Amino acid sequence: MRSFWSIAVATLTKDIRLEWRSKDALNAMLFFSLLVVVIFVFSFDPLAEESRHIVGGLVWVAFLFAAVVALNQTWARELRNQVLDAYRVSPAPANALFLAKALGNFILVSLLEALMAPLFVIFYNLRVLGPAWQLIPVALLGTWALVVNGTFFAAMSLRTRSRELMLPLLLFPVSIPAVLGMVAGTTNILTGENPAHFYIVLLLTYDVVFTTACLALFETVLQAE
Amino acid sequence: MRRAFPILAVLTALFLVYAFYQALWVAPTDALQGDVYRIIYYHVPSAWTAFLLFFINFIASMQYLANARPSTALAARWIVIAIGIVGFVAPFIPQVRQELPTGMYPSSVATTTLIITGLYFVIGKYFVDQDLDVLAVTTAEVGVVFCSIVLVTGPIWARPVWGIWWAPGDIRLTSTLVLWLIYVSYLVLRRFSDSAQTQQLAAVLAVFGALDVPLVYFSIWYFRTQHPQPVIGGGGSMDPRMLHVLLISWMAFLCFAFLVCWSRFRLEKLRREAEEAEALESLLEIAAPSSAVKAPIGGGSK
Repeated sequence: MRSFWSIAVATLTKDIRLEWRSKDALNAMLFFSLLVVVIFVFSFDPLAEESRHIVGGLVWVAFLFAAVVALNQTWARELRNQVLDAYRVSPAPANALFLAKALGNFILVSLLEALMAPLFVIFYNLRVLGPAWQLIPVALLGTWALVVNGTFFAAMSLRTRSRELMLPLLLFPVSIPAVLGMVAGTTNILTGENPAHFYIVLLLTYDVVFTTACLALFETVLQAE
Repeated sequence: MRRAFPILAVLTALFLVYAFYQALWVAPTDALQGDVYRIIYYHVPSAWTAFLLFFINFIASMQYLANARPSTALAARWIVIAIGIVGFVAPFIPQVRQELPTGMYPSSVATTTLIITGLYFVIGKYFVDQDLDVLAVTTAEVGVVFCSIVLVTGPIWARPVWGIWWAPGDIRLTSTLVLWLIYVSYLVLRRFSDSAQTQQLAAVLAVFGALDVPLVYFSIWYFRTQHPQPVIGGGGSMDPRMLHVLLISWMAFLCFAFLVCWSRFRLEKLRREAEEAEALESLLEIAAPSSAVKAPIGGGSK
């Protein structure tokens, strides 16, 4: 068990260090979601009251698309110099690699959200009417829901033609319940009209179910040629 | 097979005609909705058939994944048996019984669980190894077709009755659409996969898709929506004559689906056999080049 976590932490720190030095994914994601925000501002010009109802959707659409940028390069990096093949033949547990990658993406996407959320507040003149602290569990659980399946399907789409295109095709259909939970939960909190508890529980269930499924099946996906 | 297929095809066609006659002329007209409600004799049976096919796809995919190693196969078998026992006993426990939605009887839940468990073992007995994967492809493809029928007939019915084509807030409608999307992505993965282990990858995706199905099904109970309450085992009441026609229609659709699956199954198996034979032939050619090529090489070495 000790080696499991030490391998996971080693992979995670390696990924974070790589990202810290190059900042490739983070810059691309930030600029991409900034563009999405600006385009949305031009497309919809809402009043403060209306914007509360639509911003939940806009925020998560922007983050969903931006997350795909990060997820796509998760494994592509390991293909160079046959790192993934080396990992496959090594006795290291596959799930350690998976957890490290998922956590790395989680940190990256959370960072993006933390940086982009103020921009949404500025552009849309938002004022939260519901219990604002609940946005934190919605954001954390929602991000994990996106990232855990995204990391898994990114590994799966490595084995397909036009893999960059395949990831959203595989990820989005399965993620729809989670997206529904995030968007509806965020909207409920922003408008303060309905409680968001149900959606937090929904996201939590989704996370537990799919994290278990990912951990149970990742070895099969990693070993596929 | 060769003789049985045309006979069954004719019988199914007759059955479908009979169900059509029952749906249009025998079933009484709905007091509120008028004749437009009759589309449910196509909508609901297609939905049930699609869900059944997706469920078979899930079981086949599970078995395919579990059979990769004897230990997991054994574990999966015991888990299924445990689920069967718990599902059979639990509905009769008073505390659980109270939690069941009105109209859902403990005996019906218990029987459903038994049928599901039975299905797992029946499929495991008659389909082995690659056949499981062929079964998974077949049911996914045919299931997507039936699911498309559901998604097309739904709005046609909703327009006159609800006044709108599509209710985005209706979770059951949305869930069926999501299910359809998941299985389309399953078929896309199969088409685009470069891997020699496409079967495993597809089976993994099918398991992910199937984890969405409980959301689809239980959403009926947990969300109050614009959709009419479910007819079987739901709060809504239905004229027994209508129910009768609905079940006849479902039987006809099941026969039809079975027939299509059967021929698709055979086609896929033949395609794979042909592919394997081709691969073997080219291998043999590499190992022992044909006589025309061989002669000069042989002559040269002598």
